[in-house]
Amino acid sequence: MVRRLSCAFLLIVALLALFAGEVAPAGFATQFREMPNSAPSRQHLLGTDDIGRDRFSRLIYGTRISLLLAPAAALLSTILAALIGGLAGYLGGLWARCAVGFVDLFLSLPWLFLLIMVRGLLPLDVSPFVSVVVTFFILAVLGWAASARILCAGAATLRQSGFLLQARASGLSGIRLFVVHVLPNLRPILLAQFWISIPVFILSEANLGMLGLGVAEPMPSWGGLLREMEGMLSLSEAPWKLAPLVLLILVVSCFELALTKREFAI
Amino acid sequence: MKRGFDASADPGTAPLGCPVERSGMVWSFRSSTLFLLLTLFCLASGLSAAETELRFCLRTEPKSFDPLLTSNDAEETIRYLTGGVLVRVNRQNQQPEPELAESWKISADGKQITFKLRSGIAFSDGTAFSAADVVYTMQQLMDPALHSATGDAFRSGAGAVTAKITAPDRVSIIFPEPVAGVDRIFDQVAILSSKSPQKESAVLGPFFMAEYKPGASVLLRRNPNYWKKDSQGRQLPYLDAIRLDIQSNRDIELLHFRRGELDIINSLDSEYFDRLSAVSPALVHDAGPSLDAEEMWFNQVARAPIPPYKRSWFRSTNFRRAIAQSIHYDDLSRVVFKGHAQPAAGPVSPANKFWFNDKLKPYPYDPDGALKLLGQEGFHLQNGALKDKDGNPVEFSIVTNAGNSFRERMAVLIQQDLQKIGIKVSVATLDFPSLIERISQSFNYDAAILGLTNVDLDPNEQMNVWLSSSENHQWNPSEKTPETAWEAEIDRLMRAQASTVDPRKRKESFDRVQAIVMEQAPFIYLVNKNALSAISASVHGASPVILRPQTYWNADQLTISRGAR
Repeated sequence: MVRRLSCAFLLIVALLALFAGEVAPAGFATQFREMPNSAPSRQHLLGTDDIGRDRFSRLIYGTRISLLLAPAAALLSTILAALIGGLAGYLGGLWARCAVGFVDLFLSLPWLFLLIMVRGLLPLDVSPFVSVVVTFFILAVLGWAASARILCAGAATLRQSGFLLQARASGLSGIRLFVVHVLPNLRPILLAQFWISIPVFILSEANLGMLGLGVAEPMPSWGGLLREMEGMLSLSEAPWKLAPLVLLILVVSCFELALTKREFAI
Repeated sequence: MKRGFDASADPGTAPLGCPVERSGMVWSFRSSTLFLLLTLFCLASGLSAAETELRFCLRTEPKSFDPLLTSNDAEETIRYLTGGVLVRVNRQNQQPEPELAESWKISADGKQITFKLRSGIAFSDGTAFSAADVVYTMQQLMDPALHSATGDAFRSGAGAVTAKITAPDRVSIIFPEPVAGVDRIFDQVAILSSKSPQKESAVLGPFFMAEYKPGASVLLRRNPNYWKKDSQGRQLPYLDAIRLDIQSNRDIELLHFRRGELDIINSLDSEYFDRLSAVSPALVHDAGPSLDAEEMWFNQVARAPIPPYKRSWFRSTNFRRAIAQSIHYDDLSRVVFKGHAQPAAGPVSPANKFWFNDKLKPYPYDPDGALKLLGQEGFHLQNGALKDKDGNPVEFSIVTNAGNSFRERMAVLIQQDLQKIGIKVSVATLDFPSLIERISQSFNYDAAILGLTNVDLDPNEQMNVWLSSSENHQWNPSEKTPETAWEAEIDRLMRAQASTVDPRKRKESFDRVQAIVMEQAPFIYLVNKNALSAISASVHGASPVILRPQTYWNADQLTISRGAR
């Protein structure tokens, strides 16, 4: 029941985000300069931000960006994890030890500083859309290591399994064995890792956004919208500024709740 | 006996089996202890109630307590409150006034300043103040090994700065070349004791440093030997102590102020000002435009890794002026700074009463005029997009430092303003080190928005910005020779004003510099932020001004009454 509710909620949010152009009462970049920081009204359901942009419209457009690109980043990172972790676990021995060492090294890197550094090296004159794609691409490229560790362990377990010994005994070897027998059996882990990575990337983008290093203005994203909470003292005066946080919590929770018990156990 | 020490036992009941006398002795002992504790408590609370302590925050950790080596706001605050100076710039009328020097005279050629010193003054440790201390301080300050920024302000040319005692109460300081506005620079020179074993801890200012807890606070106590008295002959300062909490988080600073745990917030931004104003309007103060400006500039560096057609736009005066005319400065002030800023009219803020060129006005918001100017350079609109004479779409990026929401908002407003004349702007925010690397080393950027903090009123302090050979000549640093005629003219005028001591001639030259900057728009000055502060109702005698330190410039005359919170 909870799983269904979560899926339904995610579906509604996804549909809202997909049809943002039709649902949003204003453009995400339109500045109503005569009414900056206004309270919720019929015209602006969640009020306006510091430079007079409709907060509700920006939330919907921001949801579209975060919800479309976070799964894309999760997919890329899961593929990388499957290739590096899965292959290392399957090959075992020195390969596995080297891969695990590399993954551990990667996990121990201060990823936030790495992200800031990589972001600083990128060209400046990119369009906001490109900045969005680049931000999530960087997150995906840097965010595969934890999944790779789990997949490596999963593949190593499979390597010892009876059905794989039997397949090997019947003459199968190499890539075919990995693609036909190992990867399909890693599917539940892959799915769970993909599913879990989505909220991780949403939160990572939010972290970057809080530092002002996420998606470029005027494109909204949840991270950028959460920056309005920097002045924590103002929240009591304008609780509607919490809307992006509430939506983020709900969506991330629903992603977790949407997993089956088996997937969650993995 | 053991039970007698048991504090948990009820003193009204004697333990079973204990003789009455003994029980009485226990009771007596407990009573005495309780009485002693109560007395100590009352004494302590009485002391703290009687002691008047002003409390506010330092936003950075002081790295050094040497007054000759100040490098950040925290160190300047401590120097201001503890250091005795020969001349003090009055923060209200901006004029230099006698302090430890009764009077001074600058020679006609501007190469010598002679101070007549006050007598009967002692350092906080009791050692007497004399002319030898001034000579010692100047020797220390001008020691090349010290690398003092304050000392650099006196270096007018090749040769050493010398100080000599000409009479027991007179000191002359001789410079190799004239130093314009030399008397004002002494506002930043805290006199050290040549004899005191405490060295820089012996001070002539109203307070001395009593305690430093790294990362937590600095406690300044009243200097018992401070030389100033009020009009009724009462010894200054009135305050017993100043506690400076080290706190970089402005939310926490505001929270502590609202709880009454801090008495002053010396510098507020417009958001916090409005938030505080909503609940306590009497506590916030807007002193009007400060010396601080926000500005935007284009990268004109010849070797910058940007396309040549972009460089030719950025080097075009008409292009820069067109951009300047397309920005809605009133909106920047009203929307971004909530009305607590004024559109800027050049490099000097109107807060700088003497040096501001009042003939200059902010650029008008005139997109049509901007398109005409651009038309003169071959730019044209095509399907709503501006293109140059070769058909290149006019697109560029504005970079600013991440985390500064005011600059980010200004960039977004400018982005929309320029969209109206067909220019596509992308806004990029970078962490500060990356930004500095781009604007001062790799020059891999198109345009930037940053702020300029002006501490000193004198234009000599801006030499490093205006001279074309300077590293801080941001739009085109370190030019071997001036690359444009107007930059050569600015160089000439800045050198001319620095080499004369006649204020009228200096003002003429610097007025012309300001006019050239507005004509050529190498910097597009956006706004001058207002000096905003908050002062608790318990503080009396405060009168916020636009010059730093805005709220405690007269710290020796402030009083505090804790009941007024």
